[in-house]
Amino acid sequence: MFRRLHDAAGERVPFTVDGRAAEALAGDTVAAALLANGITVCRNTPVSGAPRSPYCMMGVCFDCLVTIDDVGNRQGCQVRVAPGMRIETQDGKREIDR
Amino acid sequence: MSAEQRSDYDVAVVGGGLVGSATAWGLARLGQKVAILDEGDVAVRPSRGNFALVWVQGKGLGMPEYGAWTRRSSDSWGELASLLRDQTGIDVCFERPGGFMPALSEAELEDRANQLKRLHNQQAMLRYDYEIMDRAAVAKEMPFIGPDVAGASYCPLDGHCNSLKLFRAFHTGLNRFGAAYLPNRRVESIEHRDGGFRLTTVGGGEVRAGRIVLAAGHDSARLAPMVGLSAPVRPERGHVIVTEKTAPFLKFPVGYIRQTDEGGVMIGDSFEDAGFDTTVRPGVTSTIAERAVRVFPLLGKLNVVRTWAALRVLSPDGFPIYEQSVTMPGAFVATCHSGVTLAANHALALAPHIAAGKLPEEFDVFSARRFDVPKAA
Repeated sequence: MFRRLHDAAGERVPFTVDGRAAEALAGDTVAAALLANGITVCRNTPVSGAPRSPYCMMGVCFDCLVTIDDVGNRQGCQVRVAPGMRIETQDGKREIDR
Repeated sequence: MSAEQRSDYDVAVVGGGLVGSATAWGLARLGQKVAILDEGDVAVRPSRGNFALVWVQGKGLGMPEYGAWTRRSSDSWGELASLLRDQTGIDVCFERPGGFMPALSEAELEDRANQLKRLHNQQAMLRYDYEIMDRAAVAKEMPFIGPDVAGASYCPLDGHCNSLKLFRAFHTGLNRFGAAYLPNRRVESIEHRDGGFRLTTVGGGEVRAGRIVLAAGHDSARLAPMVGLSAPVRPERGHVIVTEKTAPFLKFPVGYIRQTDEGGVMIGDSFEDAGFDTTVRPGVTSTIAERAVRVFPLLGKLNVVRTWAALRVLSPDGFPIYEQSVTMPGAFVATCHSGVTLAANHALALAPHIAAGKLPEEFDVFSARRFDVPKAA
């Protein structure tokens, strides 16, 4: 659904999504990196289970919540991808101890 | 009867919060023609900010009848929840797993034990089961308690609900019963005439009713004297924190900490004298958050999504006021700070008496006349 601009350049940053290897460009937010990797559903909501994607990309809508390095419900659009980062999509409520 | 004397409604309930809604719903359920006069969006609204406990333990020291009244509501709460579900399809998520009140030191646990003993030693007290548990007993139910928890009191009658859904269920139910909800109708004056009441509302509108119930929370202090009653209530501010939704881990309401049906954890219980100011004070929220993390350290990992402050409606002794006017017998006042806990009573026990036109003697103890007695020197 999303393609990078042709002139997009930068260092490649390896990370994982749900245990699978993926790649971002330096400077990408987690939400942007997920979209660039074709992952459009980052979570199912805690109450109704509806699927959600990153939406506002500016920290307002809280739709891009994911688990980053074992911390649940982080806003993907507010965190830059770092090398080796472990990102997990969320199904329902986060667990209290992660 | 002339057009002028005709009443529009059997009962006008002033106040659309939880006390007013529950009472109005109970009246409408009995076939009364009911109007609810409410203020607008901007009003002092404790019913939007409460903690949603249905709580019995510890209540009634100084007025055992209040302990019995609370217990009665707790016992009827399941019935209320199923009546609302049957009528409206809304599940208000009432659960009664019993409640813990944690103690963060041996001294606090001992104080709690003594307080509950004193409560149950009162002559007229309707006794109920409770238990003082040591740390090991509490840890058996909740292994994730923090090292500072010395123990807890536990009462099997305590529970909780989703009070926003309760609110919505009452209003949906009122609508189905054909009651009239009239927002933006702050009452300016009340006139007793020809055996009925005329309520003049802001902007000059008028509502006529055979009987009235003042359930306007803080505003009842202003309204009650208009009909020969008094409701000397004052605001007491309380802060509430709610965290992000998390998978269920906490089965019990734990005094000032509970996990809601949707997964958020509510943390509450500050008591501040701040007039009608509902500004959130970071110093207060950090104090109550710190205490909650001492009880359950794993709460420290959760993100806070919202904090707010609301104003309890407190009478001088903290107990409810229910009273029928002597000079204008069709006028009643009902006010308390436990609109959730007592909702079942307001709907199922108080409303039938108001429909019948008379509060029985058992309500005398709740009269505001108790505040007229001069204090002993």
